[in-house]
Amino acid sequence: MRNNHFTGSHSLLRSLEHEGVEVVFGVPGGAILPAYDPLLDSPIRHVLARHEQGAGHMAEGYAMATGRVGVVFATSGPGATNLITPLQNAKMDSTPLVAITGQVGTSAIGSDAFQEAHTTGLAMHCTKHSYLVTSADEIPDIIHEAFHLASTGRPGPVLVDFPKDVLNAVTEWRTPTLSGLPGYKPTREGHPRQVKAAVEMIEASSRPVLYVGGGVIRAGATPELVALAEAANVPVVTTLMGRGAFPDSHRLALGMPGMHGVYAATTAMQKADLLIAIGVRFDDRVTGDVASFAPGAKVIHVDVDPAEIGKVRRADIPIVGDARSVLTAMVERVTERRVESPAPERADWFAQLRDWQETHPLSYTQDPDGPIKAQYFIERLHAITGGDAVVTSGVGQHQMWASHFWQFEKPLSWINSGGLGTMGFAVPAAVGAKIARPDEVVFAIDGDGCFQMTAQELITATTENIPIKVAVLNNGAYGMVQQWQKLFYDGRISASDLGTTVPDYPKLAEAMGCVGLRVTHPDEVDIAIEKALSIEDRSVVIEVVIDPEEMVFPMVPAGGSNDHIAMGPEDL
Amino acid sequence: MTHHTLSVIVEDKPGVLARVSAMCSNRGFNIHSLAVGPTHMAGRSHITMVVDAPEVEQLKKQLHKLVNVIKVQELDTGRALETEVMMVRVSCEPAQRGELGGTADLFGARMVDLTSNTIAFEISGTPRHLGDFLDQIRPYGIVDLVKSGRIAMKQRSEKPLTLTPTASRT
Repeated sequence: MRNNHFTGSHSLLRSLEHEGVEVVFGVPGGAILPAYDPLLDSPIRHVLARHEQGAGHMAEGYAMATGRVGVVFATSGPGATNLITPLQNAKMDSTPLVAITGQVGTSAIGSDAFQEAHTTGLAMHCTKHSYLVTSADEIPDIIHEAFHLASTGRPGPVLVDFPKDVLNAVTEWRTPTLSGLPGYKPTREGHPRQVKAAVEMIEASSRPVLYVGGGVIRAGATPELVALAEAANVPVVTTLMGRGAFPDSHRLALGMPGMHGVYAATTAMQKADLLIAIGVRFDDRVTGDVASFAPGAKVIHVDVDPAEIGKVRRADIPIVGDARSVLTAMVERVTERRVESPAPERADWFAQLRDWQETHPLSYTQDPDGPIKAQYFIERLHAITGGDAVVTSGVGQHQMWASHFWQFEKPLSWINSGGLGTMGFAVPAAVGAKIARPDEVVFAIDGDGCFQMTAQELITATTENIPIKVAVLNNGAYGMVQQWQKLFYDGRISASDLGTTVPDYPKLAEAMGCVGLRVTHPDEVDIAIEKALSIEDRSVVIEVVIDPEEMVFPMVPAGGSNDHIAMGPEDL
Repeated sequence: MTHHTLSVIVEDKPGVLARVSAMCSNRGFNIHSLAVGPTHMAGRSHITMVVDAPEVEQLKKQLHKLVNVIKVQELDTGRALETEVMMVRVSCEPAQRGELGGTADLFGARMVDLTSNTIAFEISGTPRHLGDFLDQIRPYGIVDLVKSGRIAMKQRSEKPLTLTPTASRT
């Protein structure tokens, strides 16, 4: 018998509890109001963001710090449209996310009602899948399916749109099933014959490179990756999304390849005779000009998404499967080989790699009297924390410097916006990550341009008592835009100057309930970092006034060949 | 340019065709023809798509990625059964009716409308059959033409297609 007090909203909350959800990030509004009432009685924590984009990035930060599904609530119309950026961001970076949106009542859909938007239509372009719930009785199955879709196969965002009358309708909850997904059967295990062929190709290769990305992190395959690299004696490059998938301190680690990649990593791929690509998608920021990318390399491509294999570069050995399952199978086969013979030595190849590392290191020069170089600040931050922190970043120069100068040793420790390049990601993502991992230091390494896009989420951090650290590397500009203008537009600076004095970052931080600090001289850096780390009850913002002339190098200009890596402006 | 024909089984749910066409437009696939309709299986619809050859592998994979898509098959050109429906109106003075009617009979086209100076036919058949008919009647002057998308099915199935919605999922 139906309980007249149990509605679609109760069913939604019950379903979220059934999925093990502990926290949702959101902003309420008219159409989603019914769902906010039973939230008061649920063990699920709601974190009230100041903008739906912030709520979405918090849910992404939570998911990227844990591997679990992040959940975001928003209302209809503008609430849902404000979520589009996080949804597309999560789609590009394969982040498991479930978005719950309110919708106008069923009878009003299509009438241009107040706060109406065609949310499922918009979501069609920026989610893995989406639902419009038409009956409250469907809620348990749909929520279960949404979590299953978000977290399995290639993870991604799933949106569920709830018309207000569905949330208010009397219903009952029952244990959900997955019977509604006849067409969804992601492949986990790689084909054994392909795995065997791949191992033979690796063993026979004289200049192999493991090219690994976010897929390894999403699959939790770091131990298996390290085992394969060591057993087969193969160097490893980690993409921007794959930083932390393989420890930077490892003797086989080459760092990040691509447009702003480490010279040795980018060049190793160019000169390789075999790329073992795992959980990567041959992104244009990695390959540069595709026609001249890694011309001598055969390709083994392992990905859980078959559509990525062969999309950009033909694979000699395609393997569809979860990175962890496939790596496990590869390690087993390579280990069998090791009984018969030691790993190929590849002495010439490793000597060549060492030479590139020694002759073309990442470098910068810090004048002891200033101005502060961003790279110096990041190196000091890494040294003082011992690398023991979760790092988030926005998009641009500071992101590249963080990737270069932070030494990543563990997966899930680097949270940034790779595919979509979403400015303003760092602060809300840090809030989400801190909720997920409250006992760890979460440091947002941000730029001044990015910070101004979502800084108000520090109010959320304060009011919800989620203490994060933020370093605003302030060069008074959209630094990467300005770098391109200096290099490719004859130095004509168009609309990329922000000025370094407004806002007053420490005052802005104080106004939002945080501690605000400012450093302008290299001598002040350590003191400020130590002070920030000593404050545990509030968020801390350090404004780091950095050298506005500093540019990110190495660099391969957009569309250029990875054969021509500029180590400085003189090479362009 | 060679074309490829895809036979796609999808869940019969609201918005599925929109998802297919949104994916095609997002990813820049050039669709020549698309036809959708019910099948003999409850809850399943069939989509026939005709696309440019170089894109077909990636398109098949992207179709598979859509959660509501159950099966994607590429039909062997020449061996598949293919049909289109066309309605065409041509200029036709009363004195020409006999001659034009004779041509239509040869092609199995059926007259569906007649005015004092035009005649409209309905014809179905392979794309080539329709093309040949058009070549014959074009000299009279085509006034209006409407064509359905192409529908196609495998000519012979060694293994009958069975769909098991409760099959194992991993």
